[in-house]
Amino acid sequence: MMENAWLIPLFPLLSFLILLLFGKRLKEASAYVGILLTLASLVFSILVLFERFSEPTYSTKFDWLTIGDLHLTAGFEVNQLNALMLFIVSLVSFLVHTYSKGYMNGDERFPVFYAYLGLFTFAMLGLVISPNLLQTYIFWELVGVGSFLLIGFYYYKEEAKAAAKKAFIMTRIGDVGLFIGMILLFWETKSFEYSEIFAAVDAGAVSGTMITLTAILIFIGAVGKSGQFPLHTWLPDAMEGPTPVSALIHAATMVAAGVYLVAALFPLFAASKTALLTIAVIGAFTAIFAASIGLVQTDIKRVLAYSTVSQLGYMMLALGSAGYVAGVFHLMTHAFFKALLFLAAGSVIHAVHTQNIEEMGGLWKKLKLTGPLFLIGTLAISGVPGLSGFFSKDEILVAAWEGGHPILFFLALIAAFMTAFYMFRLFFLVFTGEARSEQKHVHESPNNMTYPMILLGVLAVIAGYVNTPWFGSFLGDWLVDGNPALGHGHVEGPIWIMIAATVVSLAGIYFAYLMYRKRSIARNTISGTGDTLHTILLNKYYVDEFYQLTVVAFTKGLSYFLRFIDVFLVEGLVKGVVGIVQGLGRTGSKMQTGQVQTYGAVAFFSLALLVVIFALTGGYLR
Amino acid sequence: MSSVPASAFLALALILFCIGLYGALTKRNTVIVLISIELMLNAVNINLVTFSKYGIAPSITGQVFALFAISVAAAEAAVGLAILISLYRTRKTVNIDEMDTMKN
Repeated sequence: MMENAWLIPLFPLLSFLILLLFGKRLKEASAYVGILLTLASLVFSILVLFERFSEPTYSTKFDWLTIGDLHLTAGFEVNQLNALMLFIVSLVSFLVHTYSKGYMNGDERFPVFYAYLGLFTFAMLGLVISPNLLQTYIFWELVGVGSFLLIGFYYYKEEAKAAAKKAFIMTRIGDVGLFIGMILLFWETKSFEYSEIFAAVDAGAVSGTMITLTAILIFIGAVGKSGQFPLHTWLPDAMEGPTPVSALIHAATMVAAGVYLVAALFPLFAASKTALLTIAVIGAFTAIFAASIGLVQTDIKRVLAYSTVSQLGYMMLALGSAGYVAGVFHLMTHAFFKALLFLAAGSVIHAVHTQNIEEMGGLWKKLKLTGPLFLIGTLAISGVPGLSGFFSKDEILVAAWEGGHPILFFLALIAAFMTAFYMFRLFFLVFTGEARSEQKHVHESPNNMTYPMILLGVLAVIAGYVNTPWFGSFLGDWLVDGNPALGHGHVEGPIWIMIAATVVSLAGIYFAYLMYRKRSIARNTISGTGDTLHTILLNKYYVDEFYQLTVVAFTKGLSYFLRFIDVFLVEGLVKGVVGIVQGLGRTGSKMQTGQVQTYGAVAFFSLALLVVIFALTGGYLR
Repeated sequence: MSSVPASAFLALALILFCIGLYGALTKRNTVIVLISIELMLNAVNINLVTFSKYGIAPSITGQVFALFAISVAAAEAAVGLAILISLYRTRKTVNIDEMDTMKN
């Protein structure tokens, strides 16, 4: 089965091509094409995953380009991480395809939406089975294109257009880092292959500073894609896209690509203490930074977006603390519960036609399925014991503590408190109390929207049990499989960390309960009457404004300067040359009067002149 | 006869040639231009005859060539006049500066 893993990305590609060619004729039936083909991917992925449990890594490649002694190869590899990612991506993609059938119903570009979903799924699945950096980079960019198209799906909305451009440009900034890192690695090791790069790093063929430099450059690519500080601003804006897209791309898969990249190149990062520390610090900072912004946002999708940024920061913190298993584990559980939360949020938006949580309220009784499912997702992300998020978050906290970063550990703990708080603030504001605005025709979503949510809800509860301190760390042992570069399958941490995580999470929930349900604490208790803190958070620390004033202004200034040079210097030079030639031509054509006598006179006097010269110099022969 | 030096003949030829050249380059009337060209031809003929008499190897050949040149010039003048007349019929003018079709 594993030798046929290359078929998995091709099903969504087929879906993309079919819908591109026949989408207009298929209309609503487009959904079935997309759903069936992603189902095929999912079935194959599950088979591959189960086969990988018992068999060793399968990898194959062929020469793609041969330049002199240089062989660039293409191929695919099914290792533990790749098999797991194949499963996660194809599962979430399949569920989102199904969900969109209901959510996007009636949209006039319905087939186009499914075509784009197919393209994105193809790129993402191709990315996670790439055996070398070059192939990874190609799919990495394709994923970016898919994201761009889907964010800008409502292209007639100015915000959506701007958000799509912003997402593309911000991630491109990171991609430049990745590209330079990739080329430097190639320069040092003469290969793009992961295995050969790791072998060269292992053998000490690459100097320490070079490893640090390339690792950090590649991490910059991951920073862009995974919305880490300081390139995080595109992710909340990307919420302008349709909600299923937010669930698929901006929660479960594409934003996890950065984490995947760091995990896939983990032996390289593990060889540099500085690189790991950079990742850990940026991850922890992003986690608390985004969580604090999430505390005050009023758009349901933006709260979830900031929580995504924050959770991705957690994963980076785990990887940076050498907690390979913890990072990948959280990537998996987060994919399930965050996709669930986004789909549930989509269901809420579908029902009340607004995204502002201040206008919602009292939906618990009206949305009998969505409400409990949203609660499951909220409990999971808050880290309440027994659900998946609890186990993976605990792993991360242990990894941060054991990795020797007590400060980062406490930052992560505070972020966990904030996460529990803002998620339950969201829950209480949306589902409890009374409706705060007039809501007509509030109805539960159709079955093809609720079934994917139920499946994700089940996974959000049970997914954590594959790797627990109580029932054995099956996932961790399997992922590491005795590879010393990846660390241990399970890191034993002090028991108080688990207790602290639980206490912090419950405290966050209780605090949110007091503030937004019982209302025994006023909402402005912390910020006080001055409201400065609240304003700063509401404006996302003015990062966008800061970029507008510095980077954007600088780039614009530079562009104007370059334009000036182009218009006046380059164009002036060109015009000058053209003018000289034209002037010469005009003079020449003026001399051609057609008057025989003029020609005769010119010929005669020229001859006379020649004779005079000849007489004076005596000819050139002498 | 022999008292007249060769330079006098050559000077006469030169003067004739210059008059012819001046006329050919400046006159507007094409007939005058043709006549001027004849003048230049005849200046050449004088040169030929002069050098056949006073040259390094005097012989009759140069004078025969002069006779040939005169007859050819007569034929050429006839052809030239014929072209001029047909031109006059189509263009209704003999002014040489109006005949500038070469320009276009």
